[in-house]
Amino acid sequence: MAVVLPENVVVSKLDELASWCRKNSLWPMPFATACCGIELMATGASRHDLARFGAEVFRFSPRQCDLMIVAGRVVMKMLPVLQRIWQQMLEPKWCISMGACASTGGVFDTYCVVQGIDRFIPVDMYVPGCPPRPEQLIQAIIDLQDKIQREGTLTGREFGLASRQQTKRALVEIPIISGAPVLPSALTR
Amino acid sequence: MAATNDTLTALEAMLPGVETSEFRGDTRAVVPRESLVEVLRLLRDRRGFDLLVDVTCVDYLNYRDARDRFGLVYLLANTTTNERITLRVYVGESDPVVPSAVPLWTGADWLEREVYDMFGIVFEGHPDLRRILLPDEFTAFPLRKDYPLQGRGERHNFPVLRREEG
Repeated sequence: MAVVLPENVVVSKLDELASWCRKNSLWPMPFATACCGIELMATGASRHDLARFGAEVFRFSPRQCDLMIVAGRVVMKMLPVLQRIWQQMLEPKWCISMGACASTGGVFDTYCVVQGIDRFIPVDMYVPGCPPRPEQLIQAIIDLQDKIQREGTLTGREFGLASRQQTKRALVEIPIISGAPVLPSALTR
Repeated sequence: MAATNDTLTALEAMLPGVETSEFRGDTRAVVPRESLVEVLRLLRDRRGFDLLVDVTCVDYLNYRDARDRFGLVYLLANTTTNERITLRVYVGESDPVVPSAVPLWTGADWLEREVYDMFGIVFEGHPDLRRILLPDEFTAFPLRKDYPLQGRGERHNFPVLRREEG
């Protein structure tokens, strides 16, 4: 028996409806530590106008956010703070690693800078660039919206999938360097 | 402005162990560790060097003609006559201890803590000698030349958060 629907009724799946709501009202938590933070501010400001994509409400309390944008290098002393803020954010939540430093450590290949935050917290989207232009960040947010729409569920069970559990580069892979550095002979003579 | 001859003569007259020299308009003095506090006090009280500009350190590992492993550098200024002088104290790796300048200048507190943090130089008599920039549990002194630039895996004990945890 066919059900006749009036013209103003749309049928959808509950998962897709929830994802549609979530993706169009992302509330970013700006974890801005360096020059990427300036581009992040430019993205939220009037010229680039992140409001067009429903993500303009930057909140500085992790309790009110669902999208962490890590913009800038994270040093090892800052990392426990980053992890704590990530844990304080409410589910469902996503993370964008913005710029070369947050994604890989960038030019700061030193003892004190974390060589990519994805070693310690889960990351959904990476933005290349040093620093990335606002358009790139907007593209990352659009891509993240696509991802939320594609994979999102009402109960958030997609976060429990095995593919989401893997950390991109586990910490055990970092070679532990030991011993004195080998200097060129010109310096040691 | 370099220190005047009067200052240098007074310095050498008071303490025969002090070597002074001049390089491109900057006055330098190498001071034995034992007489460091005495020299600092003399310069402050008798010669008007009332400002301790900086305390820092150089690691002379693998350096040609190095006298000792570390060279501590004290930069002093006389705010009345604009004289400036650089004091240098050499300390060895086995016994990297120097007397603290905090009793003379309270501002030496954080400067000496930073030198301790980065080079592991112990300042005897410092009221609160602990790390200032690095985390307390850090085990190395990273500005020493024998410390690898990329570290020794100090982040190994940090927790790795997975998606399900949080």
